Amino acid sequence: MMRWLLPLLLLALPLHAEEVVLGLSRDEVSITTNFDGSEILIFGAVKRETAISDDPLQVIVTVAGPSAPVMVRRKDRRFGIWVNTDAVEVDAAPSFYAVATSAPWKQVLTDTEDLRHKVSIPRAIRSVGAPDTVLDSEAFTDAVIRIRESEQSYQLNLGAVKLSEQTLFSTSLTMPANLTEGAYPTRIFLTRGGEVVSVHETEIDVRKVGLERWLFNLSRQQPLIYGLMSIAIAIASGWGASAAFRAIRSN
Amino acid sequence: MQVYLPIAEVSVNAFLLLGLGGMVGVLSGMFGVGGGFLMTPLLFFIGIPPTVAVATEANQIVASSFSGLLAHLRRKTVDIKMGVVLQIGGLIGAGLGVFIFNYLKSLGQVDLLVKLCYVVFLGIIGSLMFVESLNALRKSKSGVAPKRKKHNWIHGLPFKVRFRTSGLYISVIPPILVGIAVGILAAIMGVGGGFIMVPAMIYLLGMPTKVVVGTSLFQIILVTAFTTMLHATTNFTVDVVLAVLLLVGGVIGAQIGTVIGARLRAEQLRILLAGMVLLVCGKLAFDLLVMPSELFTLGAAGGH
Repeated sequence: MMRWLLPLLLLALPLHAEEVVLGLSRDEVSITTNFDGSEILIFGAVKRETAISDDPLQVIVTVAGPSAPVMVRRKDRRFGIWVNTDAVEVDAAPSFYAVATSAPWKQVLTDTEDLRHKVSIPRAIRSVGAPDTVLDSEAFTDAVIRIRESEQSYQLNLGAVKLSEQTLFSTSLTMPANLTEGAYPTRIFLTRGGEVVSVHETEIDVRKVGLERWLFNLSRQQPLIYGLMSIAIAIASGWGASAAFRAIRSN
Repeated sequence: MQVYLPIAEVSVNAFLLLGLGGMVGVLSGMFGVGGGFLMTPLLFFIGIPPTVAVATEANQIVASSFSGLLAHLRRKTVDIKMGVVLQIGGLIGAGLGVFIFNYLKSLGQVDLLVKLCYVVFLGIIGSLMFVESLNALRKSKSGVAPKRKKHNWIHGLPFKVRFRTSGLYISVIPPILVGIAVGILAAIMGVGGGFIMVPAMIYLLGMPTKVVVGTSLFQIILVTAFTTMLHATTNFTVDVVLAVLLLVGGVIGAQIGTVIGARLRAEQLRILLAGMVLLVCGKLAFDLLVMPSELFTLGAAGGH
């Protein structure tokens, strides 16, 4: 057994000749009532046992939010008004996706590697097929990217990873305020000549806390009580304002 | 000051919401409309997901209507009996409306139909009210007292009941039908339906304008509370934090609105409401006719 394993280990070793030692300024994003986006510093070092190769090392950092199917509709002019005509369901699109690289795209990753690891924004979105009536289904995936990029939900930051001495790297990531709860898988790729030499994966936990958490849970687990509570609050504040105004006016 | 809304999952400025609530609240108190026809599109505009906006708006209308109703109750300008009859129709209508809404949703064109509903109803009601109140204003200026139509086909129907506060002796069938019609439209358009109810009461039922506002608020409360419960238990889309921010502004605004409403003359009140209705109608029609800058929209799959 050992005789077989040892050569295998030796073979596998070059793949992990360079490894990431990662640090995150925070691995948890707490959504509180006054949550207004978050900035996360992602930094780390490359641990290696061999000498630095001549081919320059590049770093790619990706952070993805929970994926969900998205219905994309396109408007067209019918009878003089703009109406939703075609619809394509994109099977899975992350609610948030940020990519940061240490150099222009062509230098950090080849298309084959992109396809394999699904690094770039278009690759992170999975769209299997459109109905037969829609011939240009790509326009629909492009629309998802365009709309989400304009909301800062999708970010491509070329050259945003600072890399020094091919060993230390750091980048900062701005998360918008409209975050969805969940585990945000974070990947750090080390590449040489466009080939991925090492991948490190971790997770950033985004969760609601305190009042936000309590209200969200209540609305899901006890919807009847939540609904009654909402109406009670409405009635009480309606009455409160009325009483307050009457007191003001009688004075 | 930014506030994160737990159900809508977006962060918005608290003062913006308070301001919006206050503005719509003033209208609510002045005209006896819930203000949903104005607030719901405004919420879409600031980035609240439509499903959350519609459901939460229903909850906010409960608050502003209740605040307005109390003021009207003290002035004794609420016809409780008429309100109850309208509510019976309203609940039947709301149930039917939800059924129709879900059917349209399955066809995938619900957004368009909601907008078309807005344009058509706001357009018809706004123009009718505008012309009518302009005429009334001219007549009252020239010294001729405005005459209320005393007899029409409505008075020939059976099941007559005396509505003392309104000074009417009419069949219960027209108010129930009005309630049903408003209930259906309210559920489809995601509003309280006051902007349809108020003109229907004045022109169809012949109720005095002063009683109409309070009675409309009375009817709206039950229908919107019912809608809130439906949304909270089936779609989980009522955002209580959003509702509280809107209603704090809203209830204060409603009180101010009631005071303003009591000072203005009925014709002026109607002409202002007509102008408001036409303005919203025009904006919605404009959006349908002009090519949008973004042809694509994203929505949750499976839903609408």
